[in-house]
Amino acid sequence: MKLSQIIQIANGVCHTGPLTQDIEIKGGFGADLMSDVLAAVIPDAVLLTGLCNPQVVRTAQMADVRAIVFVRGKQPHPETVEIALQENIPLISSPFGMFELCGRLFQAGLPSLEQTVQQEGHGQDK
Amino acid sequence: MARTSEVIGGKGRVFTDEDASHISRIEELSYDLKIREVMTTDLIVVSPKMKMQDVLELLRQGRISGAPVVWQGKLVGLISLEDLIRSMVNHELHKNVEDYMTRDVITVKSTDPVVKALEKFARTRVGRLPVLDPDGYLIGIITKGDITRGILFALHKDFQAEEIRVYRASHLFEDIVSDRTSLIMRYRIKAGDFTHGGAASANIKRALLRLGANTQIARRCGIAIYEAEMNQIIHTDQGGLIRVEIEPHRILMQAIDDGPGIPDIDQAMQPGFSTAPEFVRELGFGAGMGLVNIRRCVDKMSLTSIKGKGTRLIMKIYLQPEDSLKENNDRSLQEEDL
Repeated sequence: MKLSQIIQIANGVCHTGPLTQDIEIKGGFGADLMSDVLAAVIPDAVLLTGLCNPQVVRTAQMADVRAIVFVRGKQPHPETVEIALQENIPLISSPFGMFELCGRLFQAGLPSLEQTVQQEGHGQDK
Repeated sequence: MARTSEVIGGKGRVFTDEDASHISRIEELSYDLKIREVMTTDLIVVSPKMKMQDVLELLRQGRISGAPVVWQGKLVGLISLEDLIRSMVNHELHKNVEDYMTRDVITVKSTDPVVKALEKFARTRVGRLPVLDPDGYLIGIITKGDITRGILFALHKDFQAEEIRVYRASHLFEDIVSDRTSLIMRYRIKAGDFTHGGAASANIKRALLRLGANTQIARRCGIAIYEAEMNQIIHTDQGGLIRVEIEPHRILMQAIDDGPGIPDIDQAMQPGFSTAPEFVRELGFGAGMGLVNIRRCVDKMSLTSIKGKGTRLIMKIYLQPEDSLKENNDRSLQEEDL
């Protein structure tokens, strides 16, 4: 799904004007815990989160997340926007809550890009 | 990005946030590029005393649809196919250019950004704009085609610049001949510096990609280093040092600090165990998964700590021959030899 389409479904407002929205997003991932993102996100996802600090962008960058949507209309800090522009990661605010937005995107055909926790031991994803 | 309102909102439309979100590198370039960089300077000009008959011949041979009219170096008008057709309809091909030319010529300045020309094209529907130098002399002409070409060329240069950086770096290990070549990068991490947290990891990941590491290797290193970097920011007294040594067959990453140290390493390695304060948890960290994540990402990990002295985390990722940073991965010497 194109990012521009995700923005539409999310009723989103983009904070990173100069960055293109014509990028392909393979799926979604929702989390407020950055270590969960680092542990379980599959590359090329959009990250839905309630956190707005610069670490969200750094986390996204390390985990090959392509774009970030802030839920419940949260606004990113100016430093967050600055790093996002620098690292080419679009930032979007959506008025919807986490559950609502995950549901809408999933229903529109955006799959989950989250590795499920293995019941025994720790997942090895090498 | 209020400056764009002039372009997109040019037809009296309100410039919305949605418009703002569609600003791309191309639009950015239309501000960066100057008209003189994209205009055509190879000009065909006509004199006001020229006969329309000769204009017909000139436009036909030059395969152009119009030309500026110049008198003593100054622009006095513009003659186009449309004017020519008018003169033909009136059976007045014997008349002079000055009788049919457009006198109110819309011009642009050579020092203006390309977007100025785009605005004028959008507002007036003319196909070409004469370009004047700061003294008012005609020095070129600009069409929409010139702008497209100029922007495409600039985009291509953007792309090439990164390509060259990647190319140079990825040949580093091939170009330098030694029995054992390695690249060492060191980063100082400040305690409590959450704003810059992750900057070192970002630079390391970028370096790896430029060196030709595949995205999976760069990602594993990036995540491991990022967790280690955040640990130093959150937990150390004085910050720490991150040292990354890259070799064609192996990446060695070390995070070293001088305190306070981890009292019980087995406990620290337990998923979910954390001593991070509340404000760190609010930042999305301190869930007790950092070391667990690191272990998952690297091939070999060792963590040693002395309470009151400091902590040393060593992480290694081995590159398979197909992932190697050098095409020809001849390893006759063992790591321990040198």
